[in-house]
Amino acid sequence: MIIPHPLLGPRDAQEFVYLGDASLLDRPDWQHPEAGSAYYEYLYLRDNPAGVHRELWFHEQGDRSWLVVTRDTTTHEILSAELASQVALSKEPVR
Amino acid sequence: MAYSGFRLIREALTGHKGWKPAWRDPEPQAHYDVVVVGGGGHGLATAHYLAKNFGKTRIAVLEKGWIGGGNVGRNTTIIRSNYLLPGNEPFYELSLQLWEGLEQDLNYNAMVSQRGIMNLFHTDAQRDAFRRRGNSMILHGSDAELLDREGVKREAPFLNFDNARFPIKGALMHRRGGTVRHDAVAWGYARSADRYGVDIIQNCEVTGFKIENGKIRGVETSRGTIGAEKVGVAVAGSSGKVMSYAGLRLPIESHVLQAFVSEGLKPMIPGVITFGAGHFYVSQSDKGGLVFGGDIDGYNTYAQRGNLPVVEDVCEGGMAIMPMIGRTRLLRMWGGIMDMSMDGSPIIDRTPIEGLYFNGGWCYGGFKATPASGLTFAHLLATGGPHATAEALRFDRFEKGLMIDEKGAGAQPNLH
Repeated sequence: MIIPHPLLGPRDAQEFVYLGDASLLDRPDWQHPEAGSAYYEYLYLRDNPAGVHRELWFHEQGDRSWLVVTRDTTTHEILSAELASQVALSKEPVR
Repeated sequence: MAYSGFRLIREALTGHKGWKPAWRDPEPQAHYDVVVVGGGGHGLATAHYLAKNFGKTRIAVLEKGWIGGGNVGRNTTIIRSNYLLPGNEPFYELSLQLWEGLEQDLNYNAMVSQRGIMNLFHTDAQRDAFRRRGNSMILHGSDAELLDREGVKREAPFLNFDNARFPIKGALMHRRGGTVRHDAVAWGYARSADRYGVDIIQNCEVTGFKIENGKIRGVETSRGTIGAEKVGVAVAGSSGKVMSYAGLRLPIESHVLQAFVSEGLKPMIPGVITFGAGHFYVSQSDKGGLVFGGDIDGYNTYAQRGNLPVVEDVCEGGMAIMPMIGRTRLLRMWGGIMDMSMDGSPIIDRTPIEGLYFNGGWCYGGFKATPASGLTFAHLLATGGPHATAEALRFDRFEKGLMIDEKGAGAQPNLH
């Protein structure tokens, strides 16, 4: 798999470390009264879709940036890659 | 039609004209007492034990493709009971005992071969960990033997004992472990279930569940709606997809694990050898091919194929520990989809929907578990309560912090 890195261009997936579903960016608020169940869902439950999946890859052998890669889990086709920092900054703070 | 030596001789003398199909090909009925989704090893075993041990009738097994076409035909055929933790080891020991009596139970030759499994170790710390695991296995009624370097040399003199990075210091030997002809497991369970009157319906994909007031009423399939009192889902690999039809999110990710077979060679590898430190394990099939594999590719996927970097990684591991295979040619490689649960252990449990039961999360260990998985899932479906050896394999163990973290790793090594 070739990942189109937004800064470095096409890079081999072997340079990256995979973490999982990009929803891991949405860490719950630990002070919220329901934080226990929110963290259970955040840590353990996954949508695990057969199809388009947004996921986190870390460019460990490269510029050490985190990317949000959109990939089809039934074909391994990579649809896009964005910097995870940009994705996180564009989100509303989690409640 | 029971199979026997006598029967074989009679058929041989009459031109083999009397053999019948091993199971029927029935049309789905409108309603069943129990519908098992997934005609793999686990689903077929569940149907067999439901009919045989619990006297249930009116059972259907629904299979999207054909019997034996999923993970039960895509694994590396190893059976073993060499786990450490209390929630796991009794379950796998039950499974190994069922393997030992399987062929008589099914009246089917599954080629169960207890040729032994060696887990190699390379450091003092690893030896201590293996000794602890071996003691745990013995305490749970399994067998284990700690081999030193000379002991391993007697078993497998061809290994590279003086690898610079991973010199072999010994191994944990589990003599009752071994291999089984995987397709025969699917066919044997299918034939046995069919003889008890179970309807095995192939080319019948489940596309949804009929749920009313939080209670299961049946399943929607590509061959129409089928009503059911109880539905058991045993579709490991596709669990995330199928259970999403019921609106459930699981503590599971789907990953691909690759496996390989070399060209046929003369007999040389006595049992199963695992080189965990180098992501490589190998056995030799009765046809002579080296059957080997390594670790998962490591990204979510439902495609039943992996990528080349892992092929290279596995073959490097093989070359490091067994340089004699360097000239061997690879014949086939394939990928199977794993339910990777978040603690590396399976789930056999009720769901929040009444009458809907779940069996999955087998990670890369589903094949060896087939008989115990079938028996305990049948117990759960028939009685509504968990079998004594599967009590720990619950959904809520993640919420309650009761993980069975055999290796301290699930889909990702960083989860614990």
